[in-house]
Amino acid sequence: MDGVTFEVERGEFYGILGPNGAGKTTTLEIVEGLREPDEGTALLLGEPSWPRKPELLRRIGVQLQASAFFEKLTAREQIHTFAALYGVSADRADAMLETVGLTEKKDVRDDKLSGGQAQRLSIACALVHDPELVFLDEPTTGLDPQARRNLWDLLRGINSTGRTVVLTTHYMDEAELLCDRVAIMDAGRILRVGPPADLVRELGVDTLEDVFLQLTGREYRE
Amino acid sequence: MSAFRSLSRAMVLGLLRDRTAVFFMLIFPLMFLALFGALFQDSGVPRSSVVQIGNVAVLDDMPEEQRAALGDALEVTRSGDRARAIEQVSDGDVDAVVWEEDGRVQLRYSAADAARAGTVQGLMQSIVQSANVEATGQEPAFTLTTDRVEDRSVKAIQFLTPGLLGWAVAMGASFMSAFTLVNWRKRRILRRLWLAPIKPSTVISARIGVSLALAFVQVAIFLAIATIPFYGLQLTGSWWLSIPLVACGTLAFMSIGLLIGAWANSDEAANGALQVVIMPMAFLSGSFFPTDEMPGWLNAISTVLPLKHLNEAMMDVLSRGESWGAALPVMGALLLFAAVVTAIAARLFRWDTA
Repeated sequence: MDGVTFEVERGEFYGILGPNGAGKTTTLEIVEGLREPDEGTALLLGEPSWPRKPELLRRIGVQLQASAFFEKLTAREQIHTFAALYGVSADRADAMLETVGLTEKKDVRDDKLSGGQAQRLSIACALVHDPELVFLDEPTTGLDPQARRNLWDLLRGINSTGRTVVLTTHYMDEAELLCDRVAIMDAGRILRVGPPADLVRELGVDTLEDVFLQLTGREYRE
Repeated sequence: MSAFRSLSRAMVLGLLRDRTAVFFMLIFPLMFLALFGALFQDSGVPRSSVVQIGNVAVLDDMPEEQRAALGDALEVTRSGDRARAIEQVSDGDVDAVVWEEDGRVQLRYSAADAARAGTVQGLMQSIVQSANVEATGQEPAFTLTTDRVEDRSVKAIQFLTPGLLGWAVAMGASFMSAFTLVNWRKRRILRRLWLAPIKPSTVISARIGVSLALAFVQVAIFLAIATIPFYGLQLTGSWWLSIPLVACGTLAFMSIGLLIGAWANSDEAANGALQVVIMPMAFLSGSFFPTDEMPGWLNAISTVLPLKHLNEAMMDVLSRGESWGAALPVMGALLLFAAVVTAIAARLFRWDTA
């Protein structure tokens, strides 16, 4: 990571794009307060995210790249556990399960959920305490088109209630459709920031994917 | 539900639903106790078995009280077939065959086992002698008065219970803390918990609480089984001191699990490393058999093992009638061990699998 500077407005849907190894996850981890930056600061809702502050963590929701579930617990038990960590009632957790359409799967254990169901559960766990700001790390990777579309609806719904959403993704169609603004990263640097339509226009190409390839090149990544 | 309770619940459910873990932590050590307890039940000197052919006056006319006194040492069965009985002696199935011929008591024994041969000869000799004294009609010139002293040598179950229980506690505590650390790191639950508004101490105390609860369940089941009359463990006065001892032992073994969990990247690596540490420790600490006859250098090694001290202190309070004097220094040492090893584990701690 080298001099990454960006700012996300309240209520914005913000995308961080980049090939594998570009530093997207590391960027998120610094902003979330999982890592201490070597230099500079990350401000989260106006406060430094390092060192760890429980009051601040109460206001953000995080979905990590791999679904972080407790072993051998059912979908309902997972979200109830997370709800308890945030001091949220079990009713609210059940309602969240309903929102992501997993009520029927509530007694299924995490390893028996499909990829899409696990992602939805993971997002439900991130949203259970009604955070102001949500971080999602590649939430649609590995999902089928149906699951992706459903997830998009869910994310749009979250954003439309005034919450700020920051996500990382490989999918340019997804970013183009969902994000108010995107930051394109590679090799630990931010190459370009702006609304998808503006970037397409500025570079004189047809799609965000063309913008992405023009900025990051076509070599294979790790 | 509070964060502490919900995390504890998640850990308990995760453990109970893992059949392999339940088997190895609860059932497997109990199988050893049930099996060893039954196998070594009569580990004292075996009774001498004698086959009596026809009438033998000294045996038949023995006074009732003398017969009762001999009952623990001598078992007499009757048979009519002398040839077959002698064959049984040759085969080692019985110790001796006895019959009476022209007023002489005839005894045939096998010299294959010198100790058993000596015992059965001595017994029969004493029976014949006392019959002789009786026959003279005089008071015996000398009498032997006996009384038993308190039994300092340990019966098998009194040795097996603390030893196997120590081993079970060591396995449960170390495996659970290692697997929690490895799995939570691999599944990124550690990171996820870092991003939840809870204190690290809540997570740690939930983990310790669940491990302690499991250890106490192990103690309760072990003592319940060992004290049934079939196994016959006699608990001594301060047996309840085994509870704080097991608590300190649990912390010490959890620290071993933390160290291995901090080092290992996968369940398999953690499992392998734990087996390599726990099994030899259990053998050297006398969990399965007494270590009195171990060579001196092995004994020297075993004195640094926490399980060795836990086993000895457990035996002291469970079946040797000792109290705080035996338990306190060991509790202190176990806690010190836990603190040192946890500090090393903390230095090796990583958030992510390398």
